[in-house]
Amino acid sequence: MALRGAIVVDTEKCKGCSVCVVNCPTNTIALAKEVNSKGYNYAYMANPESCTGCTNCATVCPDTCITVYRVKV
Amino acid sequence: MDIKDIIKPENKVYSKSPVLLDNVMHYCPGCSHGTVHKLIAEVIEEMGIQEKTIGISPVGCSVFAYNYVDIDWQQAAHGRAPALATATKRLFPDKYVFTYQGDGDLASIGTAEIMHACNRGENIVVIFINNAIYGMTGGQMAPTTLMGMKTATSPNGRREDIHGKPLKITELIAQLEGTCYVTRQSVQSVASARKTKRAIRKAFENSALKKGTSFVEVVSSCNSGWKLSPVKANEWMVENMFPNYPLGDLKDI
Repeated sequence: MALRGAIVVDTEKCKGCSVCVVNCPTNTIALAKEVNSKGYNYAYMANPESCTGCTNCATVCPDTCITVYRVKV
Repeated sequence: MDIKDIIKPENKVYSKSPVLLDNVMHYCPGCSHGTVHKLIAEVIEEMGIQEKTIGISPVGCSVFAYNYVDIDWQQAAHGRAPALATATKRLFPDKYVFTYQGDGDLASIGTAEIMHACNRGENIVVIFINNAIYGMTGGQMAPTTLMGMKTATSPNGRREDIHGKPLKITELIAQLEGTCYVTRQSVQSVASARKTKRAIRKAFENSALKKGTSFVEVVSSCNSGWKLSPVKANEWMVENMFPNYPLGDLKDI
């Protein structure tokens, strides 16, 4: 049984601090080249297939802009 | 499996606590304040005490904490949050009262208030954010600034002969008989954030048990004040702050 996860980032609230990127154990998250309306490179799932929905990114996110989903497959 | 099949309400495992308001925080990217606010909101949600909690916000960056956590708040004069918390707790003994203070507020101008509130053993919770600098006013030296650390008011680094040594206020407070729980935590990693959340929860529970003052120091980063990126600031904190401010419980009765 494997776990598959996905995150949804509130891109307007994200400030691109990268704390989620370094705390992601599966290197799923990266900062986008695009910016939000405040000019921040927001976080996104660069490798969506590797996400396990561990919630590490959301736990350390200072702006609480990450929602995590997880399923067993 | 397609991402759209995973992102469904029934599969949600983590989302923003309803105790946290939707306002975008004014803190700099990567600031520890945001993480600590979130942990406090989650503890309040889990304990079901949103209607019974009163926070006292300080002077400093976190002066606007009342914009982010959906509970009752008061805002104290610089350093006087423990005095205001004392009055609030005595008037409303059934409420959970906590102060949220930075190191400039708590360890400098507010030293008298925090010492005496802790010595009296008021049944309040103190959340102390120690980032070794005055963040809000532009990165001046604080009592907790490390030796050799460059700030706006110590451009050549802190020197013992001029500025004295960093004030370890949490160690001082642990010696006071009024305190029941004194701990030092951090929030730069997942493990540390979860430990901090447990510490905050324990502090609130102590408040209900009338055991005395609970004091939770959170060693934090101020990446703007330290002139580092958020990730580099967290690394610098682990390398330099933790040897001076070692993590763990100092007192747990």
